[in-house]
Amino acid sequence: MNPVNYVYLAALLFTIGAAGVLIRRNAIVVFMCVELMLNACNLAFVTFARMHGGLDGQIVAFFTMVVAAAEVVVGLAIIVSVFRTRHSASVDDANLMKL
Amino acid sequence: MNSLLGLLIAAPLLGAAVLLLGGRFVDRVAPVLGSALAGLSFVLGAILFSNLLGKPASGRAIDSDLFTWMHVGTFKADAAFHLDQLSMTFVLLITGVGTLIHIYSIGYMAHDEKRRKFFGYLNLFLAAMLILVLADNYLLLYVGWEGVGLASYLLIGFWQHKPSAATAAKKAFLVNRVGDIGLAVAVFLMFTTFGTFTFQGILHPSVVSSAGQGKATALGLVLLLAACGKSAQVPLQSWLGDAMEGPTPVSALIHAATMVTAGVYLITRSSAIFNAAPTAQLAVVCVGAVTLLFGAIVGCAKDDIKKALAGSTMSQIGYMILAAGLGPIGYVFAIMHLVTHGFFKAGLFLGAGSIMHAREDEVDMRKYGGLWKKMPWTFATFGLGYLAIIGFPGLSGFFSKDKIIEAAFAKGGTEGWILGGAALLGAAITAYYMSRIMVMTFFGKPRYTTKAEGGTSPEAHESPAVMVAPMVVLAVGSVFAGGFFSLGSRFLHWLEPVTGHSEGHSPVSTGVLTAATIVLMLLGMGLAWFQYGMREVPAAAPRSIWPVRLARRDLGQDDFNHAVFVRGGTRFADGLAEFDAKGVDGAVRGVAGAVGGGSSRLRKLQNGYVRSYAFSMFGGAVLIVAATLFMRAV
Repeated sequence: MNPVNYVYLAALLFTIGAAGVLIRRNAIVVFMCVELMLNACNLAFVTFARMHGGLDGQIVAFFTMVVAAAEVVVGLAIIVSVFRTRHSASVDDANLMKL
Repeated sequence: MNSLLGLLIAAPLLGAAVLLLGGRFVDRVAPVLGSALAGLSFVLGAILFSNLLGKPASGRAIDSDLFTWMHVGTFKADAAFHLDQLSMTFVLLITGVGTLIHIYSIGYMAHDEKRRKFFGYLNLFLAAMLILVLADNYLLLYVGWEGVGLASYLLIGFWQHKPSAATAAKKAFLVNRVGDIGLAVAVFLMFTTFGTFTFQGILHPSVVSSAGQGKATALGLVLLLAACGKSAQVPLQSWLGDAMEGPTPVSALIHAATMVTAGVYLITRSSAIFNAAPTAQLAVVCVGAVTLLFGAIVGCAKDDIKKALAGSTMSQIGYMILAAGLGPIGYVFAIMHLVTHGFFKAGLFLGAGSIMHAREDEVDMRKYGGLWKKMPWTFATFGLGYLAIIGFPGLSGFFSKDKIIEAAFAKGGTEGWILGGAALLGAAITAYYMSRIMVMTFFGKPRYTTKAEGGTSPEAHESPAVMVAPMVVLAVGSVFAGGFFSLGSRFLHWLEPVTGHSEGHSPVSTGVLTAATIVLMLLGMGLAWFQYGMREVPAAAPRSIWPVRLARRDLGQDDFNHAVFVRGGTRFADGLAEFDAKGVDGAVRGVAGAVGGGSSRLRKLQNGYVRSYAFSMFGGAVLIVAATLFMRAV
C-alpha cells in the first residue's frame, strides 16, 4: 500500500483532534482529542520514517509517547481536582484566570 | 601696615557680628559700640593714609594677602586686599562719612526699639563696602558687592512692619540682582579669557588688548550693567526712589558713602578694560548723560523731600558715570565729584532727617515752610550743602562739577557738544530743583498748624547736638573739600598713578564754560524762587501739565517695568504653563491613553476560555506553517 495514504490518515486524525479541542467543552473529551492529535503526529512520524528509510521518525514517536503518558498523568490530575472543586468538567467553567 | 588693612575691615565686621549675634545683652551699648568701631575703622584708615603719603607717588600701595580662599586645579582665588590711592580715597570716604552717619543715628534712632540691629546692619554695610573697594581681585570684589546688596536690603526694609518698606527692600534687592548678573558674567568672562581674577593680572593695557576688542567690549558692557544696578543708573534706576522707605541715615549712607558709589568705583577700577573698548565707553557716557537728566527731571517734580533728594543723587551719580565713561580725561573728576558729593549729599540727607525728626516723620515739603527760624543749625548746614550741590562758586560742587562739564566738552566732536550740553542743562535743572527744595522747606510762611495753634503738627525744634555735630562736619566738608582738592591739582596728582590722566582740549574755553554754568545756575535758582518763593505754595499738589505729572510718576519707570517686564514675564510664564499643560502633558497623556486603550482592547482576547486560547495557538501554528511553505515556494 502506498505510504502516502498513512499521511492522509494522519492529517485526517489531526484535523479531527484539533476540531475536537476547539469545539468540545468537556475536559475529558478535549483531553482525548489532544491524545488523538499526538497519535496523528506519531503516525505521521512513523510514516515519514518508512518513506525516507530512516529511524529518526520512529525514535521521535517513542519520545512523543513518553511525553503523552506524562501529560496524561498531569492533565488527568488537574481535571480531577477541577471537577472536585467546581463539580463540572466543562473547560468553560474553569475561567478564573480571566481578567 | 599690612595687618592694619585686615583690621580696617575687621572692625565693622566684628561690630556687625557682636551686635547681630549678641542678643539683648548688647542692647544698651549698641549705638556707642557700633559708632566706636566705625570710628576705629576711620582712624586705621587715616593711619594707612599717612603711611601711603610717606611713600613715593609711584609706589603708593599696600598689599595684604590674608589666605588662599579656594584652590582647585588652575582655579585659584585669594582673599587678598590691595590698597592704592583709589581705594584709599574710598576707604576714607566710606569710614569718615559712615562714622558721622553712625553718630547721627545715635540721636535719630534713639527711640527705636531695634537700635541694636540697626547699628549691626550699618556696620555690616561698612564692612561689605570696605571689602568691595579693597579687594584685589574681582571675585572678592563680588563678595563685597553682594554684601552691600544684602545690607541695603536689610536697611531699606528696616521698618518691615510697613508693607511699603518691605516692598521697597525687595524691589531694591531684585533690581540689584539684575546688575549682579552682569558682574557675575564679567567674572566668568575674565576667568575664561585671562585665567585669573586679580586686578594685577587683568588690568594692564597689554593684557586687555591681547584678549581682543570684542572681548573687551563685552566685558565693558557687562561691567556697565553691574554698575547700572548698584549705582541706580538708567535702566536699573527704579529702586532708588523707593529705597527712601528706609530710615533717613540709611538713605544718607546709601547715597553718599556706599552702595551707589560702587558702580563708579567699578568702572574707574576697570579703566584698563574700558580704555580698550570705545563702544563700551560710549555706552557708559550715554547711560550717564541720560541718567543725569532723568534724575534731575524726577527731582523737580517730587514733593517728598527724600525722594527729591533721591532724584538728585541719581542725577549726580549720572555725572560721575558720564565722567568715568570719558576715559582718562574724566576718571579723576568722577572720583573727585564722588567725594565732594559724599559730603554734601550726606549733609543734605542728614538735614532732611533732622527736619523729619522735628516734624514727626513728615516728608511732604508742601507741609513745611519757614523752618529756618525754628531750626537754624539745620538750615545753615543744609543751606551750605545746597550751595555746594548747585555749584555755587567757591564751594565743593563748583570745582568738581565744572571739571566734569569741561571734560564732557573736551570729548570732542559732536559727541562732546551733546554730552557737554546735557551736563550743562543738568546743572541748570540741579539749581532749579535744589532751590525748590530749599525754598519750600525753609522759606515762606509755615504751611502747617502746630498743636499749640489747634492743629495736628508738633512744634518744630532743633535736633540734639549728637545729630547736629555730624551735619556741621559734613557742611564744612561741602564747603572746603572741592577747593582743597583743586588747590594745585592735589587730587589729580594723588589719583593719577592709578587711573591715568590726560588733558582734553575743550572747544570752549574754561572761562566761558564757568560763566555759562554760573548763569544757568542763577537762572535755575531764579525760576525756582519765582515759582515757589514769590507765590504761595498750595498745600496739595496742583494737577499741572502732563510732563510734570509724568515726572511725578518717575517718568513712568515703574509703568514701563510693569508693562514690559512684569506683564511680559507673566505672559511668558502663562504661555509656558499652557505649553506645559497642552503640549508636554498632552503628549504624555496621549501616549498613556493610547497604551491604555490599546491594552484594554487587547485584554478582551484574554477571555478565560481554553478553547479560544487553543484557537489562537492553532491559528499561530497555521500561520507559521503557511509562512514556511510560502518561503519554500518562493
